[in-house]
Amino acid sequence: MHLLEGKGVSIHFGGLMAVSDVDFYVDEGEVVGLIGPNGAGKTTLFNLISAALQPKPGEIRFKGQKINGFKPYKICRLGIARTFQIVKVFGSLPVIENVRIGSLFGSAGRISPADIDRKVSELLEFMGLSDVAYTPVKDLTLAHQKRLEVARALATQPSLLMLDELMAGLNPTELNEAMELVKKIRDSGITIIMIEHVMKAIMNICDRIIVLNYGKKLAEGTPQEIANSKTVIEVYLGEKSDAGN
Amino acid sequence: MADIMVLINLLALIYIGWFVDWAVKQNKSKVWLFSGLAIIMLVILATLPNYGPIYSYIMLSGILMYLILTVSWTMFSGPTGYISLASAAFFGVGIYTSAILGKDLPVLVVVIIGGLISVVLAAIVGAITLRLRGIYFIVFTFGLVLLISSVLLWYEIKFTGTRGRFIVAASNDTIYYIMLGITVLMFIAAYLIRRSKYGLALQSIGQNEEAAAHMGINVTAVKVAIFSISAIFMGMAGSIMAMKWIYVDPYSAFDPFRSFLPVLMAIFGGMNKFYGPVLGAVILAFLEEKLLTEFPYVYKLGFGIILIAVILYLPGGLVGVVEKVRARIAKGKNALT
Repeated sequence: MHLLEGKGVSIHFGGLMAVSDVDFYVDEGEVVGLIGPNGAGKTTLFNLISAALQPKPGEIRFKGQKINGFKPYKICRLGIARTFQIVKVFGSLPVIENVRIGSLFGSAGRISPADIDRKVSELLEFMGLSDVAYTPVKDLTLAHQKRLEVARALATQPSLLMLDELMAGLNPTELNEAMELVKKIRDSGITIIMIEHVMKAIMNICDRIIVLNYGKKLAEGTPQEIANSKTVIEVYLGEKSDAGN
Repeated sequence: MADIMVLINLLALIYIGWFVDWAVKQNKSKVWLFSGLAIIMLVILATLPNYGPIYSYIMLSGILMYLILTVSWTMFSGPTGYISLASAAFFGVGIYTSAILGKDLPVLVVVIIGGLISVVLAAIVGAITLRLRGIYFIVFTFGLVLLISSVLLWYEIKFTGTRGRFIVAASNDTIYYIMLGITVLMFIAAYLIRRSKYGLALQSIGQNEEAAAHMGINVTAVKVAIFSISAIFMGMAGSIMAMKWIYVDPYSAFDPFRSFLPVLMAIFGGMNKFYGPVLGAVILAFLEEKLLTEFPYVYKLGFGIILIAVILYLPGGLVGVVEKVRARIAKGKNALT
């Protein structure tokens, strides 16, 4: 059984097929990359999985359970957490409260307040946010805000984490830190799907890559297969691709 | 003399508002001092009919009415940013509960029923409209006030043949005690909500509703629940206030001004702190009572000018000014040491 599985997942906005008949799966412990040109439907697919949108038609299963028609909060409590391409933070609340919200509402069972406080401070430590714990999030840099989003998602104790362009807009140092971070999260036993344009990161971290184009699945395979695939080079990577280096 | 009594009691109310703010904080010092003061303030308020002239507690009842409308409006609309203009509807429902049941049931029972019917109305309205954001929500809630009053007017003329209704009066001190009781209950409710995780959930909804939903918050349930809880106090206030007015008709019971004033009072006081709306409501309601009796013609003009000035020059409301002054004093102290 796959951890997450989608069959014939589709959605259209008016006449535009944003995602059309996409089959996918994610196994436990994997890091799956989701790539493709702008407008390929990557974020829309995330929205479908996290129930911001409902597939029509199509079926999504998580741990064998059909999750279509669930509300976003339920998806989160089942163990799927996400970050956003354009950060969506609780701006005037301090960092620690942002993370606390994830911990208070997102995890399935009841946790005692003391445990929550401990988990929140552990997470802040893990994400390197302890120094800014009491700063309102709107005063943070973009790199920090993105980290905060990851911390907040992790606070919900997910088994699957969806990262939407975590690396976009980061400088080289921040990029390396972010890559280390993703590896650390993977090593802690959380399965990851990530949308990314930074090829270096994708090729380095991912076990498997799914390529979307115009809402359809164009290719799927290991980083090596994708880097050598003619169709992928044609529509996305470009001729003189340095992918994999 | 009566004015001084009223002012002392208003200060007591503002202190209790500030006390709620303080009580929510963690790491408190001087707990006994502040709690003791709060109890003294409550005693001052609760015994007003024993030492004050009748006029003083009639006036205070009127001010409490605005305080309840404003603070319960802020309970939901403050953190979430959903501007509700349905206050007058919930208040009016309370009034008509009194008009219909007041003859047969004891005052307190009528008040409680008035509150509960408002809760039911708020839950229904909330479930339908709280998926609307921004201007649509504002217009819908305001439409609700007009809708109920029009339907009621049609019903009264068609079926009862008269426009208005008489309400069995209650004594002035009963009205005052019940008003005060509702106020205290509302403060307790506000405190409990702010302290619970749902207070945090409401804030996160106001900041970014989509992210809140994806963090495991059942946003619809939280919104509808708090919206309904806030309506109970408006409904109860309407029920008891009706017993002072004796005669109502659909227009006076569902006066849209009772939807606008709480918003203005909350903005005037400043919504960043809990005591802001308390401050705004108490000051503006007092001014209204004074100006309305002494300068009936310039009152609305003055009211309007104050509001425009506040919105233009004091974006944080009165609380913003207070905080600024406090920050400056603290800075001065630090500079000296």
